[in-house]
Order: sequence, then structure tokens, then C-alpha cells
Amino acid sequence: MQSLTNRFQPVDRSPMTIWEKMYIPAIAKGMGITFSHIFKKNPTIQFPEKTRPFSPVFRGLHILNRDEEGRENCTACGLCAVACPAEAITMEAAERLPGEEHLYREEKYAAKYEINMLRCIFCGFCEDACPKDAIYLSESFMPSDYLRSQFIYKKEDLLIPDPKEDPEAYKKALGNRASQKKQKD
Amino acid sequence: MAEENKKIKLTIDNITVEVEPGTTIVEAARLLGSEFAPPTMCFYSKLEGSGGKCRTCLVEVAAGSAADPRPMPKLVASCRTQVMEGMVVKNITSERVLDARNGVVEFLLINHPLDCPICDQAGECYLQDLSYDHGEVGTRTEFVRRTFKREDIGPLIQLHMTRCILCYRCVMVADQLTDKRVHGIVDRGDKAAISTYISKAIDNDFSGNMIDVCPVGALTDKTFRFKNRVWFTKPVDAHRDCETPGCCGKATLWLRGEEVFRVTSRKDPWGEVQSFDGKPGWICNTCRFDKKKSSDWVVEGLTQISRHSVIGANKYKVLDVPKETIREVMDGRDPKLLMDIHAVSDVNNPAIDLSKLNRPAHSGDFEK
Repeated sequence: MQSLTNRFQPVDRSPMTIWEKMYIPAIAKGMGITFSHIFKKNPTIQFPEKTRPFSPVFRGLHILNRDEEGRENCTACGLCAVACPAEAITMEAAERLPGEEHLYREEKYAAKYEINMLRCIFCGFCEDACPKDAIYLSESFMPSDYLRSQFIYKKEDLLIPDPKEDPEAYKKALGNRASQKKQKD
Repeated sequence: MAEENKKIKLTIDNITVEVEPGTTIVEAARLLGSEFAPPTMCFYSKLEGSGGKCRTCLVEVAAGSAADPRPMPKLVASCRTQVMEGMVVKNITSERVLDARNGVVEFLLINHPLDCPICDQAGECYLQDLSYDHGEVGTRTEFVRRTFKREDIGPLIQLHMTRCILCYRCVMVADQLTDKRVHGIVDRGDKAAISTYISKAIDNDFSGNMIDVCPVGALTDKTFRFKNRVWFTKPVDAHRDCETPGCCGKATLWLRGEEVFRVTSRKDPWGEVQSFDGKPGWICNTCRFDKKKSSDWVVEGLTQISRHSVIGANKYKVLDVPKETIREVMDGRDPKLLMDIHAVSDVNNPAIDLSKLNRPAHSGDFEK
């Protein structure tokens, strides 16, 4: 049979010698390799205490953005839902009432907004489609769970903290992706 | 008599067409098909005296007629220019026309707000289509767009004056379809605005047709306002026996499941209402605003949607819902669901019928 590489070697089937039957030298050789790794650099990290830096194109869990005054950016235009190849996004819109101006930026807003994370494939098309700077894929993983019902993310789960009430948590939730995209545009 | 019935032969984009005398260029071009017809924003063949205002239908006339083959010096509005024997018209084959049309679109968009994400017309808006085909990506104007004080023109129709392009179609509907006109255009120039005098409610039986003739989102259905995007609803052709004189009773229903979200008149490929037996198929306000139950209508079939339209993204290809066979196969037992989406999800709650509200939904409407 023609070999694919020149590293081809026939298996040695000859009976073991006395030296080989003692096994001790082979064990010592193996343990030597094992112990030598103590002094080598560790390739793993202690997650979640330590995290690796994300790639700039990493796409994680979605967030719904707010503007500087803490009003929701989303106007329920439906472009994320129509762009979604997995049809994971659903929403219901409502009209802003007088007195709700501090909550929603425009006269129409998403009263209900849901992403079915069981369907989502994290392609980021929703982020590309959004004309209102409202949806971003953040730099955090989607947590696992035992129940399917926990994967229906509602608007309350997706909205980021209010920048006026909790500016630090807002910045942390927004991450680097939103500012990167703004620079690119 | 034979002289009068003589047909006129003209050439549009190198294609010869024969039409009746007195036809306008745009109507002759529409006989050739949608690729050849100039776009129109204000011309509406079912409304007398419409056209000549928006200038999107400009065409080049390379030869005036067989008798006088000199070209017309300026581009002409094809909706207002009648055909002549031996006329040579250039529409998409003329660089000048395309350039002029780009300019017209830029002017139309100077004062038009960029609020398509909120606008209910998005997806079926002719200005949106036009600016996709002819518009620039950016804007060159540095001035503040004109704004108007919000005016309430009644419980059924929502007026967004900022979006208006002053095509006068709605004024003509009010003039020609209803017995007394209660709205018109007030002020002049940059300040010209559609208004009902002293905010009089429009309560005529056919006032709803203004929504259908509006090429942009300036006049929209208040009972459908913000309920859904057009590309998530399923359009079906349906009819009912309407007793209102003048109402054709043939309409397009925009469904979501069994819920009727919106009723509009049926549209032809030019965005105008379809004609039935030579008469335009206007529908009355009872059909449009009050008959929001699927039992009120007899469904004929799916509405044909152009494959270029975003409305095709709704993926409704058949009228019937596929039959659930699992129960039959499993001897009458229901399948064991790993998760019932309605038990978890708040969206499309079966207990809340948004289509039954005759106003936009508000924050309080989503509690069971």
C-alpha cells in the first residue's frame, strides 16, 4: 500500500527483552515527562476568575441599548426580526403616552421584545440591521441552564442598566463593541 | 368617425406602442410594463386633475411628432403631456432623465424626516422605493427640516405633516369622492400644509381612501398604528356585501393568524386602487375601520406581492395552515411538548387581541 507520508513505520511485534520486561525504566521515563510539565508554562487559565481577551469580532449575548439620558433606543421597527435568519426575535410595539418621554426616545417603542436564545445563532445580523443603535451583541457568553424556558430572553433581561442611575454598570454592559462599531461607521 | 378612432403610434425607450389619442405618456408607458413606466408620486389615474406636481415622472421627448420631429427643449412631465403621432420618448435610456430624477428625489427628501423605523408606511412606501432606486446615500442639505405642530384630524386617520410631499392626492379624494371637503392645503411654499379647517374631524364615509392614495406615511390608519409592520402580516384578498353606496366591498385584509389587523383597498401594480368593471374600487370607512373580524369577510386568496417587495419577507406562500397530524397518528393523544412557547413568551399573547383595539396600543394594554 502506498503511504501518504514518509512518517510511516511498521509496528514492532518482536518479543520483549528482559530490560523491557522490568517496566521500571519505562515508568521512570513516563514520570519524567509528567514532572517536567510542572516547570513549563500553563496553557490553561482559571476561568471565571481570569478571562481571556475577546476578539474584536466576538459576538455574545444581546443587549438593548439606552441613550445618554437612559431612554430606550429601540422603536420596534422590526428590521432585526426580518433580518434574523433563525427567526428568533419577536416584538410588539406600542405608542408612547404623554408622561413616558423619559422612558422611550421616540413616539413608538417596543412594549414587548423577546429573543429566543434556543433559536439564535449569534450571527449579528440584527446588530447590522438596527437603524437606531439599539441592539448589540455583547462580549459575554450566554449562560447555560437546565430549563428551556430560561432561554426566552425578555426585554427586561436584555436592557442594559440606566446610565444615569448606574453609569459603571452601564459602561460594563455596553462593552467595547458599541464604540467600535460607531468608529467604523 | 374613422378619423377619431385612429390610434396613435409612438416609441418609448425604442419600443413602439399604439394608444388612443389623448392618452398621456405615462399611461402609454404603463401599457408596456413596470420597467418602462416612469415613477409617479402625485399622478393618480383614478383622480381627475392629479399629476404635474412632483416631477418624478420627467421624460425626454427626442422627437415631438411625425409632423414636427424637433425634440422638446426641456424634460417634460409625462403625466401631463399627451402623446402625438410619431413621438419618440426616452425614459430610462436617457442620461438626462435619470440625472433629473435623482435631483427630484433629493428635493423631495430635503424636508422628509428619516423616521422610517417608526413610520407605518415603511415597506409599502413609494418614496422609500423611489429613493432606493434614484436617491443618494447621504444628504447635502444643512438646514433644519421643517416641522409642524401635531394636529389631530380625527380618531381614524393619523396625519404626520412632516412626512407630506404635497402631492394633493388626498385633497382630490376629498373633493371627488366625498360630498363636502373638510380639508385642504393651507399656507404657501415651504409652509404649505394639509389641514382640516379648525381641526374638524373627517367623518365622511369615504375619507379612509386618503390613506390609500397617500404615497408616503403622511396619512396612516390610526386603528392599525404601530400594531405591526406590514411585512409581518399576511395580505389576502377578501370581499363582503357592503350596503354603502359607492363601496365596492372588495378589499385586501392584512392578517396575522386569524386576526385582521388592517383593511385596505386592493392595489394595482402602479400602487393605485384596482378597477372593478371600469370603476375604481374605493372602499368605505365601515369596511376599512369597523370590520376587523375574519368572519366579516369572504377570503378569496392570497394577494399577489411583487417579489421585489419586502412584504414577501413574511414567507406566507399558502393560504391554508398545514393540518396537524400528530394527534391522529398518536390515537388522539396530544404530543408532549418540551416547552409551550405561550407559557413563557409575552409576545403574541392569545389572551390579548391587539387588532380589536381601535387605537394604537399603549403600555397598559399588555396586562392580561
